[in-house]
Amino acid sequence: MAKYLLLKHYRGAPAAVNDVPMDRWTPEEISAHMRYMSDFAARLEKTGEFVDGQALAPEGMWVRYDGEGRPPVTDGPFAETKDLIAGWMVIDVDSPERAVELAGELSAAPGAGGKPIHEWLEVRPFLTAAPTVTE
Amino acid sequence: MDESLLRGLTPGVLAVLVRRGADFAAAEDAVQDALVEAVRVWPAGPPRDPKGWLVTVAWRKFLDRARADTARTRREDLLDREPAPGPVPAVDDTLQLYFLCAHPSLTPSSAVALTLRAVGGLTTRQIARAYLVPEATMAQRISRAKRTLAGVRLDQLGDVATVLRVLYLVFNEGYSGDVDLAAEAVRLTRSLADQAAHPEVAGLLALMLLHHARRATRTAPDGSLVPLAEQDRGRWDTGMIAEGVAILQAALARDRLGEFQAQAAIAALHADAPTAGETDWVQIVEWYDELVNLTGSPVVRLNRAVAVGEADGPRAGLAALAELDDSLPRHTAVAAYLHERDGDLATAARLYAEAARKAPSIAERDHLTRRAARLNTRP
Repeated sequence: MAKYLLLKHYRGAPAAVNDVPMDRWTPEEISAHMRYMSDFAARLEKTGEFVDGQALAPEGMWVRYDGEGRPPVTDGPFAETKDLIAGWMVIDVDSPERAVELAGELSAAPGAGGKPIHEWLEVRPFLTAAPTVTE
Repeated sequence: MDESLLRGLTPGVLAVLVRRGADFAAAEDAVQDALVEAVRVWPAGPPRDPKGWLVTVAWRKFLDRARADTARTRREDLLDREPAPGPVPAVDDTLQLYFLCAHPSLTPSSAVALTLRAVGGLTTRQIARAYLVPEATMAQRISRAKRTLAGVRLDQLGDVATVLRVLYLVFNEGYSGDVDLAAEAVRLTRSLADQAAHPEVAGLLALMLLHHARRATRTAPDGSLVPLAEQDRGRWDTGMIAEGVAILQAALARDRLGEFQAQAAIAALHADAPTAGETDWVQIVEWYDELVNLTGSPVVRLNRAVAVGEADGPRAGLAALAELDDSLPRHTAVAAYLHERDGDLATAARLYAEAARKAPSIAERDHLTRRAARLNTRP
């Protein structure tokens, strides 16, 4: 078993195939999209593969230490060039193939026109804490 | 109330119910009910034969549930065919449980979870913590595994290799949370070895003991990896090593070599060397040749290249490495090490940094990064 992080990039990734901003979807399409994702999480809990998932607010800031006694530097919110991560899910699966398969399913969430949005998901394996015995 | 006594008895009781024909999931529920009853009743009047008591109560609970079930007719047919509760057989038949929990229809992670639950007697919460997943997820993983096994009747024992793979998976998880999975794997393998006189079971037990004996020295207090050559051999658990070697020798004497025995033989040669410099690398290479014959595994060939590098020099090691696919896990780390031994420090530093980027664990990544840094910052 290995854990993977599925990162939903809304900006910074190549444009999705069905790339219509969510505020131009119908309310029913938005509900269908949300339901798809919660059903997906519920199904993974049943298979014993769900670890965690959260949505993130879009207001992100870059922050940096600016020297002794000075407040940290921030770039201010809403910089347009910034990568935007809308949320993430952690899964615990038996193989990398399974992680890719599940990410593919999540990417198929319905969007505008009820068609899959084909959004890009980044799949990253977790580094494990305990070393495997290899000597 | 002695919790460890109950935990030790649980698999045996479960095994009796399964043997008498109870469905696995129903048997587990019944055993849980009996344990609750035991916790309630025993403090006032502990039974003379705790296991017999548990079997009787659990079987009664199972029958109660079966009778209450809506599928009455089918269940009553089943009951008619089953033996009445009787004396507990003197032989421990938890062996079947090992095979059931490692059934090939289960995914590796399900098999591991179910083994720890049913044979190990751990709680779902303990297993969830050890694997760093939510308790609800682990509960689902276990009940899904039980559903998969519904209807599986063990008329004959399965493939012992499957059971051994599951136990080795548990062992390699090490420990996190409040359960030491490596120690748990040793305990379960020891109990399996007591019941099944199989040379590979002994081989796996020996391998685990030989690795486990060195565990305290494998990481520094700050959690960083200490390579075998730099470990404090004075802190190896010599009692555990002696036990592992004795078990291995008895297994090898039966002349049915398998991969765990061969791996244990390599571990024994490491454990036997008073200093890293006195390691019998020539013999280790010979055991790796046996392992290659047994498994054909590319990972084994990679480890063999390291051993060849020690036995015949880094150039020979690099030649052995050149025959392997460089996309293998840890291939780059091995190349870095052999280049360092060969004196090509610039190449070694570059490869260590590359290997660090590909490392699967935090400890390994940090170790390889330090190696690269040490070469890059040398005076």
